[in-house]
Parts: sequence; structure tokens; C-alpha cells
Amino acid sequence: MYSAQSNFELYDAEMNKINTITSHLLKAAQAKAIFLVDKNGLMISSTGEVAGLDITSLASLTAGNIATTGGLAKLIGEKEFSIQFHEGENDSIHLSIVAGRVILVVIFDANSSLGLVRLRVKRASASLTQVFEDIAHRQEQQGATSYSANPFAEITDDDIDNLFN
Amino acid sequence: MSFINHASREINCKIVYYGPGLCGKTTNLQYVYQKTAPESKGKMISLATESERTLFFDFLPLALGEVRGFKTRFHLYTVPGQVFYDASRKLILKGVDGVVFVADSQEERMDANIESLENLRDNLDEHGYDLDNMPFVMQYNKQDLPNISPMDELQKYLNPHKVPEYRACAMTGVGVFETLKAIARLVLLDLKKGGR
Repeated sequence: MYSAQSNFELYDAEMNKINTITSHLLKAAQAKAIFLVDKNGLMISSTGEVAGLDITSLASLTAGNIATTGGLAKLIGEKEFSIQFHEGENDSIHLSIVAGRVILVVIFDANSSLGLVRLRVKRASASLTQVFEDIAHRQEQQGATSYSANPFAEITDDDIDNLFN
Repeated sequence: MSFINHASREINCKIVYYGPGLCGKTTNLQYVYQKTAPESKGKMISLATESERTLFFDFLPLALGEVRGFKTRFHLYTVPGQVFYDASRKLILKGVDGVVFVADSQEERMDANIESLENLRDNLDEHGYDLDNMPFVMQYNKQDLPNISPMDELQKYLNPHKVPEYRACAMTGVGVFETLKAIARLVLLDLKKGGR
């Protein structure tokens, strides 16, 4: 749905739609926290009890996990394993792939159950898939970032040097 | 493939350190981690074997500051260098914005360097990337050792297209930040062009 070499851009309105869906899912699934992670390991959205969590590492490891199991799936002739569940003593993690490229992460405890999470995730995934298909459509129409809209078009050597000072 | 989040005004870029086993990829990241201010770095993650060989990847997130009002984050990854971890290497290259090849300058590792560089080209190709058409920097590591290949030989076999190149000793930090700055610069200039 996205070309390998185009940048992935998100705008305010799209983020609002995503956040509305994940906030609703948080309540409906009685979850502790919800994350949306790009398959390349970048955090897109987080909601719930995220304070104290290292969400950057969580995103990177989630993507690594999905990539590894995706590799395993291909080895046995499957396209991918679209759902994963890791059960802990207190907290558990439910991972699912949305729209082929985004990972929906739900962290929940004994206040919820795997069955409830699976049910709610299924519904939220359909809504999120629509949002990401719209984003893909918008990106296709835009093509590569146009020069005028590219915030980095005017970047100078001094800007880059300043990053390392 | 950079991720530009206009809502939170952030840009995230992925840089991968590639090279043969024991060339110093993890050491590069460890030095960057040690010398970066706490507010600019996240936790460094190393998925390694009990003997500290990289099993899957090392990961170091860096927040370098703002460019044109956008928070600029670089996510540094290493790959496992050992030949038999090729499936893992392929996975880590997905979505890469820039590559650093860490060559082991020792004479006896020249064949391993060449093999790893060819492996990098093949694995990038599988993702639809062309090494000659993306941000790429060469680092000749272990320059402090006595048994190193002459510079012209390293250049001839490893850097025929003359991408930016740096001599380094990652253990002591020589050349480490020069390499990182060079690849960050190329990635940002690539964004300036509006992506590949």
C-alpha cells in the first residue's frame, strides 16, 4: 500500500481520527494501554497508562517481534501471523496487524480478558484500516512530498550542523 | 522511509550499521550512547547472545534537536554480523533511511568485508532499495591495529563509488561521531529532496 521508498506522513486530522478510535478501544476493551506502531518500529500513537513506559523501546521491540514472526510465517508458507498474544503474570500483550503495515498493541490486565480484547480489537481494526487506506490514498495522490509542502525543502548546512552542537 | 508526523511535528529516521561479524557495529553505538547527553538519548537495547554477540539487533534512539520546527529523531540499529543470521539482517533493513557500513580494516577480514557488502546490496535489493541511490557512508574501523590493509586497497574494494568515508577506532571513539554526523547529514539532505 505504500512504496518502499516514499516517506510516511501523518497530519493532524488523521491523527485525531486514529486517537479517537484507540481511545474508544481503550475503554471498550477495558485495557491499560493501547499503542499503534509502524512496522518499521516507529510509534504512531499511544493512549492509556503510558507514563513510566519506555514507549520508544516498546515500538522498536514490537516491530522486531512482528518482523520475526512474519519471517517464521513465510518459512511455513503463511503470509503472516496477523495476531499474537503474550501472557504475563499480571499484564498481557495482544498484537495485531492493521492494514498490512501498522501494529495495534493492547496491554491489559485481569480487569479485562483475551476474549473481550479480541472482540474489540476486531472492530477497531476495521475502523483503523479505513483510516490507513485513506492515508495511503492521500499519499498516492500527493505523490512524493511536493517541494512547496516539504518542511525540509529549505534546510541548510547550518541547520544540520546545529543538531550536533 | 522517514516518518514525518505533522501533528506532533516530529521526524523519525532509521539508520542501520551494517558489516561483518566483530567489525565494531555495536561498539559504535555504545560509544555514541556513552557520549550523548542523557536528555538526547533513550535506552539502548541490545538483543545479544550470552557471549555478547548480537543476536537480532542493537537499538539506540537519539533526539538531536529541531530542524525547521520539527523534532528530529534518529533511530540507530545494528544488524547481527555473523553470516548465518541473514534472515534477521534482512528484517532490520526494512524502512531504512541511511546505511553505515563498518568495515574491519584488518587484512584477514577483507574477504568478510566484501562478502558483507555484497550481502548488504542483495538484502537492500529485496526491499526495493538501491545502495547507490540512498544515503550511505563507509567507516574503516580498527585503524589502530597493526595488521590493517592499505587505505587504497580498502577504498578500491569497499568504496569504488567514493561515498563519504571515515577512518575509525570505535573502541576509543575516533571517527564515530564523524560517521554519524555524515550519515545524518545525508539522510536530512535526502529529505530536502523530498525522498527518493
